[in-house]
Amino acid sequence: MGIIKRLGLNLSWFKKLFKKRKARIGIYGPPNAGKTTLANRIVRDWTGDAMGSVSHIPHETRRARRREGVTIECNGSSVTLDIIDTPGLATRIDFHDFMAFGLTEDEAKRRAKEATEGVIEAVKWLDDLDGVILVMDATEDPYTQVNVVVIGNMEARKLPLLIAANKIDLPTSSPARIHSAFPQHPLVPISALDGQNIDALYQQISEHFG
Amino acid sequence: MNGIQMDLISEDKLDGMTSMEKVRLILDEVRNGKILILEKGLTPSEQTKLIELTMTEIAPDDFSGIEIESYPVKQSDTFLNKLLGKTSLKTRLTVIGPASQLKTIKKDRDLISALVSTP
Repeated sequence: MGIIKRLGLNLSWFKKLFKKRKARIGIYGPPNAGKTTLANRIVRDWTGDAMGSVSHIPHETRRARRREGVTIECNGSSVTLDIIDTPGLATRIDFHDFMAFGLTEDEAKRRAKEATEGVIEAVKWLDDLDGVILVMDATEDPYTQVNVVVIGNMEARKLPLLIAANKIDLPTSSPARIHSAFPQHPLVPISALDGQNIDALYQQISEHFG
Repeated sequence: MNGIQMDLISEDKLDGMTSMEKVRLILDEVRNGKILILEKGLTPSEQTKLIELTMTEIAPDDFSGIEIESYPVKQSDTFLNKLLGKTSLKTRLTVIGPASQLKTIKKDRDLISALVSTP
């Protein structure tokens, strides 16, 4: 840990003075919230590539993926991000859940084992980030323990956090419910799938992580 | 009498334990089928430690993990903290049990509603 961190000094004014324009940002959230879909959308919009495959089966992303040097330009300013798409955080992983999606027992057990390793990797990454985009499924109850843990960790570390209330293309979505649960953090309602409101997210990313 | 053992652990007991002792105690008790209610809860870093250790212990047909529910942490805004411009986080009541036996039905800022079943 750096001397400045150890001394507990808040040098945000210093960073602002010199306009730090590069940040390592983790995309976090529970399984199937749309983290990889969002990571793909951001990377595709600004570099033309993609980051990883998506699936309706939970824990499709079981290894953290890092994409360096993604430059986002917004309203005349730009910020360069290292984006880390992390495996979904969970407190339970039961291979029977994967069998319900048609996987064989062996496949389900293998996926469960890899998923547990992925969760550990996601937790470890929290130590090496400058900020987090927390992806929440806006059709679900926002008070999940995963959300509480990620938000609690970022608040304890005094690092910036941006909530992406995803899946607003679905009729049952309610970004307002998420906002009332965590009013202390900036929130952008988006659909990572069809790109709805994604420019507002880029604006917020530029403001909060630049 | 058949039933599920529920242990309520006081803030004083938790304060006297290191983070690792708390996490170990929780996992050992939960793996024995107990439901734990922690008066003070765990810090964010203790919660991530608990998740990490839980993941290492998950085994097919034996242990599928834990269910943990707590209220969001509160900012402690004492007069002294305000004076010094500091913020500290206050952890709150937490319920932890085996994922196979404890299921959260509903949770909001001030209510945790859960269903406990026998193994």
